[in-house]
Amino acid sequence: MTEARRTVDILVVGAGPAGMAAAVRARESGRGVLVLDDNPAPGGQIWRGGQEHSPSARASSWFAKMAASGAQVIAGARIVDGDAKRQCLTVEMPDSAFEVSYDKLILATGARELFLPFPGWTIPGVMGVGGLQALVKSGLPVTGKRIVVAGSGPLLLAAAAYFRAHGAIVPIVAEQAPVSRLAPFASRLAKHPGKLFQAAALRLALHRSRYRSSCWAIRASETERLESVQLQQHNRVWLEPCEYLAVAYGFISNVELAVLMQCQTGAAGVRVNDLQETSQNQIYCAGECTGIGGVDLSIIEGEIAGYAASGRDDLAGNLFKKRDKARQFAAALESAFALRDELRSLADAGTIICRCEDVTRERLEPMRSWRSAKLQTRCGMGPCQGRICGPILEFLLGLHPESVRPPVFPARVETLLRQEEETRPT
Amino acid sequence: MAEMISLSINGVSIRVPAGTMVAAAVLIAGETMFRRSVSGEARGPLCGMGVCFECRVTIDEAPHCRSCQIICRDGMKVRTG
Ligand SMILES: Cc1cc2nc3c(=O)[nH]c(=O)nc-3n(C[C@H](O)[C@H](O)[C@H](O)COP(=O)(O)OP(=O)(O)OC[C@H]3O[C@@H](n4cnc5c(N)ncnc54)[C@H](O)[C@@H]3O)c2cc1C
Ligand code: FES
Repeated sequence: MTEARRTVDILVVGAGPAGMAAAVRARESGRGVLVLDDNPAPGGQIWRGGQEHSPSARASSWFAKMAASGAQVIAGARIVDGDAKRQCLTVEMPDSAFEVSYDKLILATGARELFLPFPGWTIPGVMGVGGLQALVKSGLPVTGKRIVVAGSGPLLLAAAAYFRAHGAIVPIVAEQAPVSRLAPFASRLAKHPGKLFQAAALRLALHRSRYRSSCWAIRASETERLESVQLQQHNRVWLEPCEYLAVAYGFISNVELAVLMQCQTGAAGVRVNDLQETSQNQIYCAGECTGIGGVDLSIIEGEIAGYAASGRDDLAGNLFKKRDKARQFAAALESAFALRDELRSLADAGTIICRCEDVTRERLEPMRSWRSAKLQTRCGMGPCQGRICGPILEFLLGLHPESVRPPVFPARVETLLRQEEETRPT
Repeated sequence: MAEMISLSINGVSIRVPAGTMVAAAVLIAGETMFRRSVSGEARGPLCGMGVCFECRVTIDEAPHCRSCQIICRDGMKVRTG
């Protein structure tokens, strides 16, 4: 059992590229650093599975820097609550819980995939694009399996290549964006070598029949086990047999913990200044939780936050130009893969929107606010706490999620009790 | 070759490489239905990263474990449904 209370100079939440970069830079200035992550190993989404599974030279180099830095990492640690005034977080481990007080907090909680419902999206075998990729990285063999990849964004191509490299058959990659937006983006990419995916790969893909633009999944069947998916491109609709459908429409920033800590957010994610400082004193934010920008931007933001949190604003400042360039790329990415209106009508009246509570679209349609949706249908009240259905409701019906209430993740009763005991005045 | 470990999925014993995630082991065992939703629908993993809670299973009698975030241990008993 871990001790009930810890104190640290700089606490980093999230051991993805942004959190690792932040920890390494903060340690360079000699401060004590603790990194917490819910995943069983550091690496975040892109470098999932830790050092042994890290695919690139850059990943290996950050894992090495991290190991050499002396920053302490606790994996399998989920933050369930926090208090900005008392400068502490409540952490739940598989069989224990503790509180950490910090001098500075760096939030690097990353992003999750955006799912848009269509009839059949709840059938086992329909997964996220990064979701299925994560399972393959976690030991799921896909040799000889037929995987249809659909949705939007550069991850589609990267994941399709990954599945093929692991022996899967990927008959088609269905990208909702039109070629009129993708082609200019592809030529622009040539100026940014080593980005999310290679420029050449995208251009090649655009010329290959297996990569279809203006194409999306409209229905999946059967009910207990996926057998096929119906795809649409322009006026053509056809059935594509498959064992897995990997489908997602880009990413949503994980802002819940930042919101709980009373940091301001904007349309893209957590609001930060040049030094990656949030609106809350002592709290910094870096990586995809400040807006979707890819791994390069996440690393740069992490480095800036790490330097700034340890008082090295001068070193942070040296990275501003590099960050500007990465942000321009992120903006181009966003406009190339902007979501089309047709996707709002994929879900029919009977399609489930909230998967935790099985709430259908027709029950949500009359709702005028998140609050009434919650109270009248239980939408967003299940264990995912609106993480999956919240962004969907925003996209389909324009309902904005309300403030976050603790715990940010379902927590065990003992964790909450312990916390109550510790906040009680003595 | 990775070291192999044994666990049981719905009473059937399987061997997987050490380091395999429980969600992957369940699919390797041929189960696609991880849990029943509140209205009785079959569900399986969606996000693969611990946020959607669709991959919940019972592990060694503990219900509601997110199988995409837990690594298989030798002798583990996993139940779906
Ligand atoms: C499923 C998925 C797959 C992806 N695959 C790729 C890919 O193959 N290639 C690519 O270029 N990009 C990929 N991306 C995009 C990816 O998010 C970025 O490229 C990069 O990983 C961002 O780094 P980050 O450090 O900002 O966030 P992340 O890598 O997402 O790291 C955030 C970390 O914070 C942890 N965390 C969040 N909330 C809590 C909490 N409350 N308590 C404890 N820990 C918490 C998470 O467990 C996670 O490890 C993927 C994204 C997702 C969601
Ligand atoms: S698949 Fe989403 S929590 Fe496990």
